[in-house]
Amino acid sequence: MSLAPSPPFTGRPRRAWRKDSVLPGFPLALGITLTWLSLIFLLPLSALLLRPWELGLSGFWTVVTDPRVLAALRISFGAAALAATINAGLGLLIAWVLSRYTFPGRRVVDALVDLPFALPTAVAGIALTAIYAPNGPLGAPLAELGIRIAYTPLGIVLALIFVGLPFVVRTVQPVLEDLDREVEEAARTLGATPRQTAWRVVLPALAPALLTGVGLAFARAAGEYGSVIFIAGNMPLRSEIAPLLIVIKLEQFDYAGAASVGLAMLALSFTGLLLLNTLQGVLARRGRA
Amino acid sequence: MSLSIENVAKRFGDHAALDGVSLEARQGEFLALLGPSGSGKTTLLRVLAGLERPDQGMVRFGGEDLLTMDARARRIGMVFQHYALFRHMSVAQNIAFGLQVRPAKTRPSRAEISDRVEGLLSLVQLEGLGGRYPAQLSGGQRQRVALARALAIEPRMLLLDEPFGALDAKVRRDLRGWLRRIHDETGLTTIFVTHDQEEAMDLADRVAILRDGRLEQVDTPEQIYEAPASAFVFDFVGDGVQAPGEVAGGVLTVEGWRTPAPVGALPGPVTMSFRGENTDMLPPHAEGVPARVISVLRRGGLSRATCEIGGRTLVLEAPQSLAAPGIEVRLAPRSYLLHPR
Repeated sequence: MSLAPSPPFTGRPRRAWRKDSVLPGFPLALGITLTWLSLIFLLPLSALLLRPWELGLSGFWTVVTDPRVLAALRISFGAAALAATINAGLGLLIAWVLSRYTFPGRRVVDALVDLPFALPTAVAGIALTAIYAPNGPLGAPLAELGIRIAYTPLGIVLALIFVGLPFVVRTVQPVLEDLDREVEEAARTLGATPRQTAWRVVLPALAPALLTGVGLAFARAAGEYGSVIFIAGNMPLRSEIAPLLIVIKLEQFDYAGAASVGLAMLALSFTGLLLLNTLQGVLARRGRA
Repeated sequence: MSLSIENVAKRFGDHAALDGVSLEARQGEFLALLGPSGSGKTTLLRVLAGLERPDQGMVRFGGEDLLTMDARARRIGMVFQHYALFRHMSVAQNIAFGLQVRPAKTRPSRAEISDRVEGLLSLVQLEGLGGRYPAQLSGGQRQRVALARALAIEPRMLLLDEPFGALDAKVRRDLRGWLRRIHDETGLTTIFVTHDQEEAMDLADRVAILRDGRLEQVDTPEQIYEAPASAFVFDFVGDGVQAPGEVAGGVLTVEGWRTPAPVGALPGPVTMSFRGENTDMLPPHAEGVPARVISVLRRGGLSRATCEIGGRTLVLEAPQSLAAPGIEVRLAPRSYLLHPR
């Protein structure tokens, strides 16, 4: 039984964008999807898009080119990119260890990876600050070496690594577990060293998943607020993140200004994600076509 | 170069995958490892490839001790059951892989590699498909890419694990003849694993039959069929029937039928094995193993009857007069084998 009358013949095959699928009721499914997306995403986003224009184009431009705003955006996105890059390597390593080796306590470690998902990010921020503050257990010896982490951009990166890590691990791990071991054995019989096998065989197979994970970690980190504000020190131009600036503007009842910074963040995040997704799509298509 | 396997054993936990296997293969020989699943044939292949380290035993190849060499250094081409192609690489990149990973000193130039790839593509009849990705190929084509990739490193020996296992019957038959031709052209010592007796018997110079990690028999296909070394081998390599019997005082008794035992038959319980094509169906008063016709299939002028002998069935050609279900008959094997039970 179909919920919709069969479409009238319009001269063009309609199958082009509608593939047969096991999900019943395409009109209903698409209807719910679009309604839901509108309520949850499009409505708030369009408010965000409309609000800054109260200032006019020049007003918007003045807000986003303010040195303090520019510095905050640079710190937010720079630290997020750095953290996502570090997480790419670190997350890959952890996923590798968790899926390829069995060791006592593996399940516990596996569960620990999800902790940043569950923990209130403020708690994580406070804990990291306590540890890395100049009087903290790790911060004190580091301070003697002249390395300061808390209340510097370094601290921001650290907090962002913490919140982004599970995204990379959890996207790479299942793909790594599914990877056919025979493929690695084939590479070995063909004369490849373990390093060549890792670089030429395993990593390319993981690349699409890794990129997805890095993209998620980056997006999450760019907008992160709770954990960062505790460890960042929040000095304007130096360690002040864009989301904090939005809160500050809100507290000053500068709603249009806050929305302007928000819109700038949205545009930057969207561009970054679009680039990563395009690259991911190209990589993934090669193996499937 | 000849291959010599001596007393190789490999255990996985409590399970003995290989239990003292000794086997030789001549240079250029096409050898089949045949056995039911779990008989250890794939483990033996993996030991040869260097992917599994045996607990004991010796593997020599052309005077070299293979076990001291890493899989990487053995230059033994292996074709995996599920092909194990690199899915993110094109067909040409897959084939070139083994050459490209060589250290710079021994790596052929870009032009040489591409020439070699073209040559292999035409050898496996995939000209013009070098730019495709494995996902765009059929099963039979992937199989051939896997073979070309293994041949690219100019292997000293070729190993194939269930090379036709995942293909449909028609493609299997085509590829079979083609594989034999490739073997004859390259002259490589080739060892392939299969659980399909017909494939092994059709293709191989010699067949090694494995059971529970032990070698039951190594012989030419003819010898294996005509003179199976054990009741297991008889059962595995063709259709036939096996009935328990007894040899005592020069007389063989099977299902109540008494006949002079063959010369040299040892007294004691035996398994009598015979095949339908070597057996005559006779009326019930004649000499032979008592049996009953269950069903008859007529095709052209011939009738093929399925008979029941003590709970086991045998299919054989039946004379018109006896070809009716339910009839009691005698089966007289023109030749049979006795193995101690």
